[in-house]
Amino acid sequence: MAEKAAGCTRPAGGPVGKEPDIIPEAEQQIIKEKKSMIKVGKPAPDFVASGYHKGEFVSVKISDYLGKWVLLCFYPGDFTFV
Amino acid sequence: MSIDSQFTHKMWNDHELSKMVDGGVPFPMLSDAGGKVGTVYGVYDEEAGVEARGRFIIDPDGVVQGYEVLTPPVGRNVNETMRQVQAFQLVRATGGAEATPSGWRPGKQTLKPGVDLVGNVWKEWKTEQAFD
Repeated sequence: MAEKAAGCTRPAGGPVGKEPDIIPEAEQQIIKEKKSMIKVGKPAPDFVASGYHKGEFVSVKISDYLGKWVLLCFYPGDFTFV
Repeated sequence: MSIDSQFTHKMWNDHELSKMVDGGVPFPMLSDAGGKVGTVYGVYDEEAGVEARGRFIIDPDGVVQGYEVLTPPVGRNVNETMRQVQAFQLVRATGGAEATPSGWRPGKQTLKPGVDLVGNVWKEWKTEQAFD
């Protein structure tokens, strides 16, 4: 199989061989419901994440920023070039 | 925030980003290994195992005021993001008494929503104002 050119959309990889068992429909429904939690005018889902900030490893909880304006940005990966 | 670990973030900041920005990245670079947070925010692409370029404006009450999500090959416009934050800050500071019409940026005219404005926007605001 041809190797896909390196880029920021290249899949990270995954299991090889037999396909994993299919998730029952009921569970798929739950996953779908979990996916649509963002609405403008509604609270941002809270989360905790480890990170790196000015030479230190830190743990950040988004609700600790209440009282401030927050820009939360996602991107495909470190060392991507856009 | 990306699916990379905080260790990878350190390497990227120390070896590349600090060469572009004096002192390195000034804000926390967060790790979302497994894409759990990205899934909740609707930006995690399970197939590719990476997150789209999602940008969320969250106000001091923790409420999402706006968001933009782009596929990976196209970068964002920081000026537009800052303009939106400034607009939301103005609306908040005026308690909603003022609103920012299309094309607004700091210094440009705002609108005062109310009964008197209904049907009269054309007197207050011209279409040229939608453009820079």
